[in-house]
Amino acid sequence: MFAAGALALLVTLALAITRAIAGPTVFDRVLAGNSVGTVAMLLLAVIGFLTSRPEFLDLALIYGLLNALGTIAVLKFFRVGDLGDPGQEDA
Amino acid sequence: MIPVADVVSWVCLLAGGAFAIIGALGLVRMPSLFTRIHAASVIDTLGAGLILLGLVVQAGFTLIAVKLAVLALLIVFTTPVATHALAKAAMARGVDPLQTQGDPSKR
Repeated sequence: MFAAGALALLVTLALAITRAIAGPTVFDRVLAGNSVGTVAMLLLAVIGFLTSRPEFLDLALIYGLLNALGTIAVLKFFRVGDLGDPGQEDA
Repeated sequence: MIPVADVVSWVCLLAGGAFAIIGALGLVRMPSLFTRIHAASVIDTLGAGLILLGLVVQAGFTLIAVKLAVLALLIVFTTPVATHALAKAAMARGVDPLQTQGDPSKR
């Protein structure tokens, strides 16, 4: 059953990467990247159970934290144009 | 005789995988950016929630279950923030929410 869950997550990953490649705007790509991050977290957890090594959950936690921070940083970059110029207060 | 916990976790895992695929199909098939955001949220709510629930049922009352709960909490808190920032950034950069009514080449 873990294999079936992992397979479903791999299909999800492939579809999200399809949107990341095809997406017309940069925000489509960021959205697909965020979904890829979430699915990668779930895939790490499921593969940890599949191989009877649930230590992979620590990697999934770190990956989730990095994914959230990275998404916010990329979005701020594409919205404002830089990452925290102190002269720009109206970001 | 298959234990009840196994059946529950299998059902949760399969349903979560199905919802993840449905969300990804929406991510590919939906016509404009904001509808794609709407479709992708299925992956983060029902897909991730059901898969993590199935794994928690498999883990039982251990540290692994606590880590899975922290993972679920992380998804619950960070995904809406990222989605909100994404929609707001797209609006600020001039992505038209009604772009399906206009030029078909912009879909």
